[in-house]
Amino acid sequence: MTPPTDPFTAFAPALAGPPRLEPTDVSYVLEDTSLGRMLLAVRDDGRVLTTAFAPDAAHEQHWLERVAQRVSPRVLRHPRPTDAVRRALEDFLAGRARQVAVEPDLALLSDFQRLVLTGLAASVGYGRRTTYAALAQHLGRPRAARAVGTALAGNPLCVTLPCHRVLPAAGGVGGYAGGPAAKEALLALEARSAG
Amino acid sequence: MSLPPFQQLVDDHWRDVARLAHGLAGPVHGDDVAQQAWTQALAAYPRLTHARNLRSWLLTITHRCAMDHHRTRGRTTAHEDPASLAQAPVEPPPQAPDDVLWQRVRALPERQRQAVVLRFVGDLDHRAVAAALATSPGMSRRLVSDALATLRLELTDPEDPR
Repeated sequence: MTPPTDPFTAFAPALAGPPRLEPTDVSYVLEDTSLGRMLLAVRDDGRVLTTAFAPDAAHEQHWLERVAQRVSPRVLRHPRPTDAVRRALEDFLAGRARQVAVEPDLALLSDFQRLVLTGLAASVGYGRRTTYAALAQHLGRPRAARAVGTALAGNPLCVTLPCHRVLPAAGGVGGYAGGPAAKEALLALEARSAG
Repeated sequence: MSLPPFQQLVDDHWRDVARLAHGLAGPVHGDDVAQQAWTQALAAYPRLTHARNLRSWLLTITHRCAMDHHRTRGRTTAHEDPASLAQAPVEPPPQAPDDVLWQRVRALPERQRQAVVLRFVGDLDHRAVAAALATSPGMSRRLVSDALATLRLELTDPEDPR
């Protein structure tokens, strides 16, 4: 006979699996796109909080914590509510659409990021490119090229708000959250499809 | 103050919640109790004022759901009512050494059973057990040690005393 306390610690009932919970304030999914793994988070009203690159667990956690802090801690992994954004992203990446046709929610953006990213989306259309300095100039902050770069680097809505269209004046593609290869692929896609 | 995304709680603790629910409500109703506990936790989550010991918070909710379940069901446990065992959805209750022990655990006085299950299945310390049962840590210690003494007495083979 085993010692009396042993079966307690050995208690291993047949567990059915994690709980099945209905979609709540924020639903997200990790999607393997042609550009890399992305975290797509959607509010309960359907507006999109992130289309962010999440190549590893640390990035995933970073974005989920931001969402929990700024929007609501009720965040659950749920594929169904993200169907629309997944489809829109797929259409864009296949060259069938000229923008990711979703309504973005800017709750995760700082005030300056809102200024920069909405200004960018409004002024630099599909297939066009600009530089950090030119964008800063356009926004009426000619000396803020570096701050503009930082604002773009923290973009939670990559591809949806087209930070990939901004390049360094010195040449090259510059940095990108999804890696330079993803930026090049996006620029090539737009150059090809803008025709 | 910032709460982690709820999905993280689910991923980290669903097994512990399910184990405690099984221990308190039995194999037939354990899943329902766990499911109910998660639904309640999700609803209450944004109102939490701190993120200290979320596991304890979840297990306390699970315990409360199990007690509500017992109250509404008039305390029918599986071994008293074989018909309810027949409805077991997927797996029969685990056989072998546990079986005798768990029958003994179910037969303990209610408070002792709750305390011993919270302590060993839920792996809570006495302070957390006391909080869940609305009593003092000293009383929790007392309940657990009484329960263990009873079990030890009942489970020791008289032919082979150890």
